[in-house]
Amino acid sequence: MSTEVVETTRETVSPIFGRLSLDWIPYHEPILIGTFLAIALGGLALLAVMTRYRLWVPFYKNWVITVDHKKIGIMYMVLGFIMMVRGFADALMMRAQQALAAGGAEGYLPPHHFDQVFTAHGVIMIFFVAMAFVTGIMNFVMPTQIGARDVAFPFLNNFSFWMTVAGALLVNVSLFIGEFARVGWLAFPPLSGASFSTGPGMDYYLWSLQIAGIGTTLSGINLIATIFKMRAPGMKMFDMPVFTWTALCTNILIVAAFPVLTATLTLLTLDRYLGTHFFTNDLGGNAMMYVNLIWIWGHPEVYILILPLFGVYSEIVATFSGKPLFGYKTMVWATCCIMVLSFLVWLHHFFTMGSGASVNTFFGITTMIISVPTGAKIFNWLFTMYKGRVRFEVPMLWTIGFIVTFTIGGMTGVMLAIPPVDFQLHNTLFLIAHFHNVIIGGVVFGVYAAVTYWWPKAFGFKLDDKWSKRTFWFWLTGFYLAFMPLYALGLMGATRRMAQYMDTGWQIYFIAAACGAVLILFGILSTFIGFAVSIKNRKALACGSDPWNARTLEWATQSPIQPYNFPQVIHVHGRDEFWHMKQTGFKWSTDYTPIHMPKSTATGALIALFALGFGFAMVWYIWWLAILSLFACIAIGIAHTFNYNRDYYIPVDEVAKTESKGATA
Amino acid sequence: MSDHSNHSHGTMNQLMTGFVLAAILTVIPFGIILGEPDFSRYIKIGIIMGFAALQIIVHLVYFLHLNSKAEGGWTIAATILAVVILVIVLAGSLWVMHNMNENMMPMPDMDKMMSLQSQQG
Repeated sequence: MSTEVVETTRETVSPIFGRLSLDWIPYHEPILIGTFLAIALGGLALLAVMTRYRLWVPFYKNWVITVDHKKIGIMYMVLGFIMMVRGFADALMMRAQQALAAGGAEGYLPPHHFDQVFTAHGVIMIFFVAMAFVTGIMNFVMPTQIGARDVAFPFLNNFSFWMTVAGALLVNVSLFIGEFARVGWLAFPPLSGASFSTGPGMDYYLWSLQIAGIGTTLSGINLIATIFKMRAPGMKMFDMPVFTWTALCTNILIVAAFPVLTATLTLLTLDRYLGTHFFTNDLGGNAMMYVNLIWIWGHPEVYILILPLFGVYSEIVATFSGKPLFGYKTMVWATCCIMVLSFLVWLHHFFTMGSGASVNTFFGITTMIISVPTGAKIFNWLFTMYKGRVRFEVPMLWTIGFIVTFTIGGMTGVMLAIPPVDFQLHNTLFLIAHFHNVIIGGVVFGVYAAVTYWWPKAFGFKLDDKWSKRTFWFWLTGFYLAFMPLYALGLMGATRRMAQYMDTGWQIYFIAAACGAVLILFGILSTFIGFAVSIKNRKALACGSDPWNARTLEWATQSPIQPYNFPQVIHVHGRDEFWHMKQTGFKWSTDYTPIHMPKSTATGALIALFALGFGFAMVWYIWWLAILSLFACIAIGIAHTFNYNRDYYIPVDEVAKTESKGATA
Repeated sequence: MSDHSNHSHGTMNQLMTGFVLAAILTVIPFGIILGEPDFSRYIKIGIIMGFAALQIIVHLVYFLHLNSKAEGGWTIAATILAVVILVIVLAGSLWVMHNMNENMMPMPDMDKMMSLQSQQG
């Protein structure tokens, strides 16, 4: 969009279409048209296949309206993988641009497009990839680990998921209608304010995050209630598997931190829509307050992402070493310490903003302190492996890859925690390398470990070993090739978010990084090929309910897990309950009782649909549509409270039938 | 109603105590400010914030029935965590922003910049 277009469209706000006009359809951008055609053709092909095989009704009945925590968990994972493709496409575009645009060359992306690409990459990867994966894993695994039948509020779970999808859709709509924000993933004012971001891009950012944020917060409340209220009888807090503990701390962080994000973005929205002055220089506003507030959310957020994966690694290390986890209690207390400390370090994201030495020193020291419990965890994993019978299955490969990679990322993090060093490295590619090092090496590796580890539990067959290993090696080597050059570039002074640079000496590093990104591309392709191959060979890959000889309760029930999770209530006596059940030769009794289950409902998806309409209308100033959709959201929500037909019983013979089938399979 | 619901919803007595306390704690700061006393701006803000903090405690205890026994102690634990985080966020933000303000370089053309921005905005 050239600036002239922006000026003319801003002046015409039609009562019907708001500020949306044909000028906002980017038909003069060949890259976007290509993307649009590819997505449109792919989408049409998908629609055709679904219609051809009559999948619409099963899709609606089994997935859209489901309140089953396992299916919702799987849908979160699907959302995560789809959005990862989108976010990774952005990454490839940036790597290609920076590999080309040296010494006065302009590359192929105009700056305003490059700026949208890096903003979209950050927003998508954090909010719709990492958060979706983390929530998906917690949803699928945690209730089964504590012997529950579902989460505490099954309908709320469905609603949370569809709100996240609505946010993700709104980001993707911005690709073809209008533009996305050009402000970086945290959208600091004054750049993101009304004076300097005039188009709809910034508003897409605000509304998509607000809508998805509702889903995240509600899901956090839901999972906390589940852990406190739905544990199997006899399971004390210190009997819970470590993953459940990390899920608890994560969700407490979500509930404590996400309201800060919501409030901050609301203030920015008021600045943009109603002309208030929270973050402008007029009338006592202060843009630095936004930076302060957004990082009060932002730092806990990175622990929200990593803590559940620490739990995943703990489960995997214990399982594949054939030993109980070393230092269970230190692991729990380390997680709790990190939970509180993560609220004490936010200023290390803006040491350079102008605080005095005392403030910077305080936050530098707290930052170094938070690495202590994290280090304790690394030692716990190493000691769990020590003298164990370690089986190098794929989840274990990811775990070892994580321990090595994450330790490097942690050390560069401690370097950045030293304020004088940070003054040199702030906003350079060194920082970019650091947080990709911990997020890819910690979160992404952990997600892959979790997917390979729990895939058999979800579908009843293992993932193809050869393709899983290829995925691992491509990701691991690709990561190092893509990000180690960025450390070097950062030390040489290359700043982040550059569309072009003059120093041709840097180009070779950027080309190396681009090659690394291509290796990661192969890793992502191997993932999907691996999924396809495994699904094709599912008969040969079929495995029993406990393929890894695991220790926690989710492996006690059959794979794939039946809607009711467990045929009978389990009485827990201690830690690693399933391990003891195996030692004592546990068998499910055949004395069943009817099982009380929640009913599916379309309300969640419906409210999210109207929330999407509301977001779109607010972005484009289509006030009538905004009022109508907001009204619809509230009305449907209230109407749902009068729905008393919410539950049903699975009869005894049906339970007996599924259980006997599972036993013979 | 059962004992349980009595316990979790409080008695009429409790609710009335809470109501009266809340009313008093609202009237006092209003009265002080309406009387236009000769305090400095900061003392006035301090008075309002102090009574607001007391008001929060009254609401928690008498209307939300916060006590150390509810839900096996988890309610009070959650409240303590919330208060700790609130204190960190509020005190930290004030400290950080105050410190930035102190360290801010005086800018001679500040007025010009502000008028420029308000024109654009």
